[in-house]
Amino acid sequence: MILSVLHVTTYRYDTPVRGVVQSHRLTPSSFEGQKVLRWSVEVEGGLPGGGYRDGAGDWVQSHSVRGPVSEITVRVSGDVETRDMAGVLRGHREHVPPEAYLRETVATAADVALRDLGQAAVTGARDPLDAAHRLAAAVSEAVAYVPGATHAHTTAAEALARAEGVCQDHAHILIAAARSQAIPARYVSGYLLAADAIPHEAAHAWAELWVPGLGWVGFDPANRCCPDERFIRLGSGDDARDAAPIKGIARGPGSESLDVTVAIQSVQQ
Amino acid sequence: MLSRTADNLYWITRYMERAETMARLLDVGARMSLLPSTGEGYHSEWESLLQASGTAEGFARKYGDPVQRNIESYFFFDRDNPSSIASCIGRARENARIVRGALTTQVWDALNGAFQEMRALERRPRSELDLSVLTDWTMRHSAQLRGAIDGTQLRKDGWDFLNLGYFLERADNTARLLDVKYYVLLPGVEFVGSGLDNYQWTTLLRAMSAHRAFHWAYGGEVTARKIADFLILNAASPRSLRTSIEATTVHLDRLARGYGRTTAAQSKARAVLAELAETRVSDIFDEGLHEFLTRFIREVATLGALVHDVYLSGDQR
Amino acid sequence: MAPTYFNEMYQNGQVRPPYRHLEDWTAAMPAELRSLKQAEAEALFRRIGITFAVYGEGGDPDRLIPFDMFPRVFTASEWARLERGIKQRARALNAFLVDVYGRGEIVRAGRIPARLVYQNEAYERAVAGIVPPRGVYSHIVGIDLVRTGPDDFFVLEDNCRTPSGVSYMLENREIMMRMFPALFRESRIQPVDRYPEILRRTLASVAPTKCDSDPTVVILTPGHFNSAYYEHSFLADLMGVDLVEGQDLFVEGEFVWMRTTEGPKKVDVIYRRIDDAFIDPLCFRPDSMLGVPGLMDVYRSGGVSICSAPGAGVADDKAVYTFVPEMIRFYLGETPILQNVPTWQCSKPDELTYVLENLSELVVKEVHGSGGYGMLVGPKSTKEQIAAFAERVKADPGNYIAQPTLALSTVPTFVDQGIAPRHVDLRPYCLVGERVELVPGGLTRVALKDGSLVVNSSQGGGVKDTWVLAE
Repeated sequence: MILSVLHVTTYRYDTPVRGVVQSHRLTPSSFEGQKVLRWSVEVEGGLPGGGYRDGAGDWVQSHSVRGPVSEITVRVSGDVETRDMAGVLRGHREHVPPEAYLRETVATAADVALRDLGQAAVTGARDPLDAAHRLAAAVSEAVAYVPGATHAHTTAAEALARAEGVCQDHAHILIAAARSQAIPARYVSGYLLAADAIPHEAAHAWAELWVPGLGWVGFDPANRCCPDERFIRLGSGDDARDAAPIKGIARGPGSESLDVTVAIQSVQQ
Repeated sequence: MLSRTADNLYWITRYMERAETMARLLDVGARMSLLPSTGEGYHSEWESLLQASGTAEGFARKYGDPVQRNIESYFFFDRDNPSSIASCIGRARENARIVRGALTTQVWDALNGAFQEMRALERRPRSELDLSVLTDWTMRHSAQLRGAIDGTQLRKDGWDFLNLGYFLERADNTARLLDVKYYVLLPGVEFVGSGLDNYQWTTLLRAMSAHRAFHWAYGGEVTARKIADFLILNAASPRSLRTSIEATTVHLDRLARGYGRTTAAQSKARAVLAELAETRVSDIFDEGLHEFLTRFIREVATLGALVHDVYLSGDQR
Repeated sequence: MAPTYFNEMYQNGQVRPPYRHLEDWTAAMPAELRSLKQAEAEALFRRIGITFAVYGEGGDPDRLIPFDMFPRVFTASEWARLERGIKQRARALNAFLVDVYGRGEIVRAGRIPARLVYQNEAYERAVAGIVPPRGVYSHIVGIDLVRTGPDDFFVLEDNCRTPSGVSYMLENREIMMRMFPALFRESRIQPVDRYPEILRRTLASVAPTKCDSDPTVVILTPGHFNSAYYEHSFLADLMGVDLVEGQDLFVEGEFVWMRTTEGPKKVDVIYRRIDDAFIDPLCFRPDSMLGVPGLMDVYRSGGVSICSAPGAGVADDKAVYTFVPEMIRFYLGETPILQNVPTWQCSKPDELTYVLENLSELVVKEVHGSGGYGMLVGPKSTKEQIAAFAERVKADPGNYIAQPTLALSTVPTFVDQGIAPRHVDLRPYCLVGERVELVPGGLTRVALKDGSLVVNSSQGGGVKDTWVLAE
């Protein structure tokens, strides 16, 4: 399938700021499940910094904008050819060993409920892959997809207690539960071609769990599936903050407002 | 030079000059309170000084009535008063500590010495310390620091920033002292030209350590016009507005030459200086002394803001 | 039975050779002169401005670390062996860092547990895959050593991030030379004053590939309220480089720039004296006001060098410490010259049992602690203190390690009653860049309290000048 992406983010500052620095994980890598055909990231008036591939195999590129400035637009567009690999991340070069994804973060700290969820899910699993599937299924069961129930800083423990959340919360809960069972897990951000049935943001997030023998395998508890040809993988990290496609800091006292539009289309071949 | 370093150097001298002005103000207050009657009783000069230094509200909140002893403490020792001599010396020394490497040993010793002595003074019973001891002490340390700067600092950009701090603060402070005399100290218009008026002018001159210089230059009776000429326009008077702005342009010009780049601060300083050079004392009184001084204080503030923008903020390209 | 301590000056009633001059020196110094000199030294320190604010103690921010005038002396041959051992260790630690952020051979080979490395708080995933210029992560390695006999030196811990205290090494010497010039004429003491020059050269030698001219080096300080600010400003001054705060730097395009009165100036090498967590709010702690947003992206794309490199801390963790001799064998194929102190990991159940049963004999430390806080010196503690500490260890065993109480050597020290032996340790500073270098000397810390084994300045410790004699 060929997916076409147009993702525009506009930042506005109520008083002009002295300058802005952003770090982007906005460029998909090519591996067996996805091949980048065309891709561009443009920052209006921005000066591109040095780009590099990080230890997890993601392309990171910074942009800086010289102040005074009161509006910044980041425009991402491109085409990616995707293939259903049943969630298995194959042919993705990276340096970081899976053990590095066992440490807790604030958003993914496991409380008793998360540990219990993890423990119950893996009990009786036939093998590590089965355990991973059971964990993902348990998270889908435990937390309903309810937009607006949580916010950007809601932790896995809080979302599980509410039993409601969005894809970020599902991913955090799955990561926390998996790590509590000594299964390396990480957060993945990307895009999803939304089916009509599910009212969904096209900017999406899911989790990857380490399965010995297979490597990293993606699980999307919000959609009760593994990433397939509808998914574009942008980058990964310990949690949502770490894997954020755009991180930025403006120098100046102004307050910031944000406007995001994402359009994903399937293109006829 | 790092912009923040320039900023620290600039504030060392601004604070020290401010400390000296506070000492001069205290001196003015003490002398004026010796005069028996102003019609409004004993307190009014002190009250006026609080008004003049913009610290009346803070003082009232802490002490209530302006009793001389409290005012002395407030102006000299009180760390809650951001303009007190102790606060100014403390902040000057902290700025110096931050840029210790940009200062000569002599300059650091002069400032650090003042700071250590200050702490010793703070521990002594107030009853042992006469006001004149405290003001003399301040002037002495201020002079010591200035001497150390002039005698030992390399004539590079750092020296210019130290001097810019001195002269911009002095221009502002002299204008304010003059304005205070005219619009705060004198109880009413009917006193203009009175014995009280003259006494206050003389006191002001003494506080500016300019009493004798003034008489050499002008002779005869002390009048408002002569004093305004002396403290505003006279290029020989060390604390005049003219002298302060002239020195400011010298240092801004030196910086521009050294860095190979002219700045908006430089043009502004030159414009202010040109105006002062062409102004006659009658022009000032035609405009109104208060109006003239208010305008001048604003110009100096603009000049300070420009110096900040082009050198100290680090935003200049 | 009271333990016997190695006295570095007197052995079997004889003065050891390196201290021979000092015997005459003290004999010729009456008590009045001594207190006069002590006062002079203190005045000098205060005038220079060396003061030390102690973490979490409040009190006088202008407190001085007590300076003891009685020097600590090494012979040239003693030092030669120490130097070889220290350099060997510094090389191995750096090889380890390049390895664990690269292929992780030492873990694959099963020589160190993966958990200790990759789940370590100090392991920075953000730098995985980088080989910094010249393969150096830790450019200033402070190795804390103690001595228990004529030839017995033990490494207490390694400091791979930003070891502090080197300004005392330099100032102590400066003040001793000023006060006792005759001593220096008589006893050929190797100079330490080249340290700033070597440090600068070391830092310049690791400039990034994108730097094509004489590199601009800066020191990044958390600011003038930091307890070590004096040291930062002192080193910047002696090296002739700018001392910057985070607010003085910004990222634009591919580089880091500093704000100067002449406009932005590119910065090539940052000797940072702030922790990893604070250097870039985009990458690490988002609430940090001390760092430079975007710094890590510039670093990773080769626009700037950071010394020590982010992530260097994984090598000086107290749990990883146990494996340093293994690193020396694994990477260098050499036999460790300096010994480790035997260490029990409380995370291992059987070792925990041993530790809990023998608390009164052991020194127990927090894995990530520093500054002598959160530690128990068994033989110097009361039953109640030991009992209370046992509870803390049981509650979180993985956070503690234990070591035997070492018989730290003593050096004569001026005390109220005259001269008496006091326990000392030693921190030399090894510089790693294009070359591995060590100036002959270090910081000797001395426990001023009679019988105390804790030399930390925050716990009543003082400092001494450290001499290495020429051949």
